[in-house]
Amino acid sequence: MTGDMIDTDTAAPGEVPYDGEAHTAVAPVIEASNLVKSYVLGDTEVRALDGVSLAIGRGEKVSITGPSGSGKSTLMNILGCLGPPDSGSYILAGEAVAHLSGNRLAEIRNRYIGFVFQTFNLLPRMSALENVELPLLYGGARDARARAAEALKAVGLADRMNHESNQLSGGQRQRVAIARAIATDPSVLLADEPTGNLDTRTGEEIMEFFDSLHAQGRTIIMVTHDPEVARQCDRQIHIRDGQIVPGESYAPEGG
Amino acid sequence: MLFWTTLKVSLRSLLANKLRTILSMLGIIIGVGAVIAMLAVGAGAQKMVLSQVTALGSNLIMIMPGQFRHGGVRSDPVQTLILDDARAIMAGVPEVVLASPMVRGSVQFKYYGENKQATVMGVASTYLKIRNFELADGRMFTEGEIARRGKVAVLGADLATDLYGEDNSPVNTEVRMNGVVFTVVGVLEQKGTQGPFSFDDQALVPYTTAMNRILGKDYLDEIDLKIDENADQEAVQDHIETLLRRRHALRTDQENDYRVANMAEMVSAASSVTSTFTLLLSAVAGISLLVGGIGIMNIMLVTVTERTREIGIRKAIGAKDRDILVQFLLEAIVLSTLGGLVGIGAGVGVAKAATLVSGFPTIINTAYMIVALSFSVGVGVFFGFYPARRAAALDPIEALSYE
Repeated sequence: MTGDMIDTDTAAPGEVPYDGEAHTAVAPVIEASNLVKSYVLGDTEVRALDGVSLAIGRGEKVSITGPSGSGKSTLMNILGCLGPPDSGSYILAGEAVAHLSGNRLAEIRNRYIGFVFQTFNLLPRMSALENVELPLLYGGARDARARAAEALKAVGLADRMNHESNQLSGGQRQRVAIARAIATDPSVLLADEPTGNLDTRTGEEIMEFFDSLHAQGRTIIMVTHDPEVARQCDRQIHIRDGQIVPGESYAPEGG
Repeated sequence: MLFWTTLKVSLRSLLANKLRTILSMLGIIIGVGAVIAMLAVGAGAQKMVLSQVTALGSNLIMIMPGQFRHGGVRSDPVQTLILDDARAIMAGVPEVVLASPMVRGSVQFKYYGENKQATVMGVASTYLKIRNFELADGRMFTEGEIARRGKVAVLGADLATDLYGEDNSPVNTEVRMNGVVFTVVGVLEQKGTQGPFSFDDQALVPYTTAMNRILGKDYLDEIDLKIDENADQEAVQDHIETLLRRRHALRTDQENDYRVANMAEMVSAASSVTSTFTLLLSAVAGISLLVGGIGIMNIMLVTVTERTREIGIRKAIGAKDRDILVQFLLEAIVLSTLGGLVGIGAGVGVAKAATLVSGFPTIINTAYMIVALSFSVGVGVFFGFYPARRAAALDPIEALSYE
């Protein structure tokens, strides 16, 4: 029910170079089983993830929801390869990544994951173009500048390339962040409350933008509090007390 | 590509915090600046001393009374040199072409209302040639005047100016030394300040007159010799020493009761002073670079903490530990190198200003600048490494959630 709601006039996504096939939901791009992660807080051990298993198919748009302290963020960090789980297996785009070293994980993140954060997280004192260029440079791309420009064009910011982030509006910043996320052509877009710091109208624009990316066949995971955001996804994964709650959506009473 | 972007961004972030950047570079700037300026002054001083020493001629030998040691304590110079020593050297060492005895004392000069305490030196007429002194006015006293203990004097340039003023010629006037009236027969050319005694602030009189009429000495303070340019200086010196030891009836186990100095020794003494100076400077430089380095390390640690979130973002989008390490190391190096460059500029500026104001010669040595700059870069690497490694070791999850 999402794909047909795109308003291409407002989102103006343009052409995104993407070689994946659209909606091949059969082959899972993410396969995680029995993920466990605990933290020690003082003298008590907190089990943030207690045996989470999930699969996300290529081209799916999935939301991960859950109250604060549910383990939602921990799951996102592990799925985003920011840190390893204590135990369990995680296969991302065919590679077993659960127990890789920090530098290997950095490579995996660079190649397969595109992050979009709530607070945009653009780097200060760098132009939009330089921000988008950065993951390409870390990945050792030869045509980094051209590809970064391409990605900025795709998010409709061709005329803002040399602006620094403090010269851009919130919506524009988030679009730069999206350009940065898609510039390396990752297997998964991982968005953490992407509309959380935006006003409603701009938030809707950004969501429409994600829809168009989804329509182009990108795999998108939205981590969110917002039932409205969750509802716009193909599938909702609800997590509570470190476990996935089967068949439960975040705001059942909402529809 | 990544390198240039990183360099550009680090320059921008240094520019964005101008005051902080300057303050953190200050240690390096002051250290490098001080060292460059002092080295320039030192090199200038050395060159000046060397040129003055060589102007005296390399074939000058000076013999001074020695000092006795009593259980390690040095006594005052003893009165061991006498006129006959000078005569014996002149007669017994054929390579000695010119010789002059010398007695020295402080006297009160008086010319009408002008009074001045200065040194009078009793010398032979050969003294000017031995010391390469030139006359600006008048003449040197003659052998005849020496023989009859003539009351004639040749004044140093500054002494003449002090007593007579700029425009008056002292020649053929009468000046009093400790009340004894002397006729001024000549004025020396300006020599410039030299060591502890300025030759420009002295007067020359016949040694006979000085010994008998004003100072009342029957011993000498120095014997100055000029030896044949082609003679073997070492051999001549040995010859003189043997002669003097025999004349002074010294046993083989006794030390010399006189000292022999030549220009080569003075040159090496001057350069040993310079090398001590350089060593001292190196210590100062080392300490200031250390302090500067600690300043940079401090600011880099602050920067790493402040930019924890940025480090998290960079890691999230694929920066490896090495990328972060290089970035912060580069920033520290940029900081220290800029500090070094500004310091060199400041040092050169101070040296040039010193020359402009005091006329004291300074020599700017490019090699010193290169060394100073290399050390600045080294300081950046050394003191930037620890903060950079700390940045690189940050956990991406913690870094991303840092507020």
